[in-house]
Amino acid sequence: MTTARVGHRPPRSPAARSGAAGTAEEAEARALRRRRRLRSRLTALAFLAPLAVYLGAFYVYPLYRNLDLSLRDYTVRSFVAGDAPFSGWDNFRTVLDDPTFGPALRHTMLFTFVSIAFQYVLGLALAVFFNRHFRLAGTLRALFLIPWLLPLIVSASTWSWMFNSESGVINYALHLVGASPVDWLTSPDWALTSVVIANIWIGIPFNLVILYSGLQNIPAELYEAASLDGASAWQQFRRITFPLLRPVSAITLLLGLVYTLKVFDLIWIMTKGGPDDSSSTLATWSYQLGFGSLLPKFGPGAAVGNILILIALVFGLLYIRVQRRQEA
Amino acid sequence: MKSRTGKRRYTVIGLLLTAVMLFPVYWMINVSLTPQQDMRKDPPDLLPLHPTFEGYRAVLDDQMPYLGTSLLIGLGTVALTLLLAAPAGYALAKLRPFGGGALGLALLVAQMIPGIVMAMGFYGIFLDLGLLNSWWGLIVADSTIAVPFGVMIFTAFMSGIPGELIAASRIDGAGTFRTFWSVVLPVSRNALVTVSLFSFLWAWSDFVFANTLDSGGDLRPITLGIYKYIGNNNQEWNAIMATAVVASVPAAVLLVLAQRYVAAGVTAGAVKD
Repeated sequence: MTTARVGHRPPRSPAARSGAAGTAEEAEARALRRRRRLRSRLTALAFLAPLAVYLGAFYVYPLYRNLDLSLRDYTVRSFVAGDAPFSGWDNFRTVLDDPTFGPALRHTMLFTFVSIAFQYVLGLALAVFFNRHFRLAGTLRALFLIPWLLPLIVSASTWSWMFNSESGVINYALHLVGASPVDWLTSPDWALTSVVIANIWIGIPFNLVILYSGLQNIPAELYEAASLDGASAWQQFRRITFPLLRPVSAITLLLGLVYTLKVFDLIWIMTKGGPDDSSSTLATWSYQLGFGSLLPKFGPGAAVGNILILIALVFGLLYIRVQRRQEA
Repeated sequence: MKSRTGKRRYTVIGLLLTAVMLFPVYWMINVSLTPQQDMRKDPPDLLPLHPTFEGYRAVLDDQMPYLGTSLLIGLGTVALTLLLAAPAGYALAKLRPFGGGALGLALLVAQMIPGIVMAMGFYGIFLDLGLLNSWWGLIVADSTIAVPFGVMIFTAFMSGIPGELIAASRIDGAGTFRTFWSVVLPVSRNALVTVSLFSFLWAWSDFVFANTLDSGGDLRPITLGIYKYIGNNNQEWNAIMATAVVASVPAAVLLVLAQRYVAAGVTAGAVKD
């Protein structure tokens, strides 16, 4: 940013400023500069205008529509006709009183925090491991990205088949170690666990890449000094790696939180939130209400969506705060 | 000598870990080659000893239109995203506009909004405008995933372009637009590649918008092709997995051709170098 300014404003020498003869020229130059600055401001606006219009039409307006949906009493007919009566907080009250709300909120939190905890710990362990710079480390680290790059429907359907009760390879593996088979996706006790496992698998690469790049910024001399002092690998991790990685860890966890809260595809494709809402989160419940049945309840669906936004924004603003503070 | 064998041990462990991590991908390929009569065999064949291509033949027969649509939507999303994000990134990085800081914050917040909420809002709007089930409506919706990310990447990258380069172009008599087109964009190649790759991949992978806004259209993307397969004939898993393998090709190509851009994209915004 600072280099950009150098080109725009030639430095004024003190001699030119004090010289009495130069005042008329100076005033003219100042006017010229002002005009040029105004024009550059206008060009900046021209460059930004498409984005601003776009954000208004395709972010603000859909969000406004969603808020409007949640504050009116919609039926399929009035949804098309657009004349639904205003109903204030009724939809929110309906949703909060619904017996599904408590479990959905609990599942959302469980799904998010358990996923993140495992993704972070495994991602960190792998990042430290790959930081040893052995042969093939770069290639293998790249291969670890695959789960994150695959379309979610691909991962979700693959895990669905692996979790299949009768013919799934996971139950086969359990059988090999002598455990009894589990109805992963069809039993209410296991459905949430199943989608969490699949989600951990998808999220590990993200954590690995960010934490690995954070490790690159820790000076190697620290480790050399520590090993001269006879510190063990574990001590080096606890006293050097982990403390120095804390800023990057905070960013990784908060960003993971915001992204995991809104996970929808994976759960919807694997279990549709079932059986009996046993794996439904706020995201899948909202979709279920709005689009999951022949009698859509757009109002309550939108209300759940808006509650989800609120939760995401709390963590999102926390993330922005942490990030800004680190940059400062 | 000791340290070299130690390093070799790391490579072996690394290979094992990668094998475990990629087992689901292997399994997808294995199942895609398994003959239908062996699908429910107990124990399952861990290797495709009798590979069949009937699954892939089903892809050729059923899924080509879906793949074509996904390609179209992916490329359209890339074009729209670049068109909006590159100039905006330049303005935010170099032209110091009014409200630039607020806009940057708005873009960060925009990335945190859940896709289903956007989908529901878009559904109402598209219904009013008669855009439901249209491929270009889906391009517009898909671009909302990539545009905020794109602007942030371009802003970060273009902030690093030396001011002298831009000043020199000005002195040669080029206007702001000319400078942007023939100086800034060519040196921003890395950012262009990163944003294009990710917007393509996200549009290609999108399921939420497709399922909400295009579930009854003539041109539906491959994610819905797979979803329909799962719903209709949940017995022919070799066909489902073969489609999944084909749908993964862009991700694989991306990783092989542009690995460093991928890593750059993942870390961008999250970590400040």
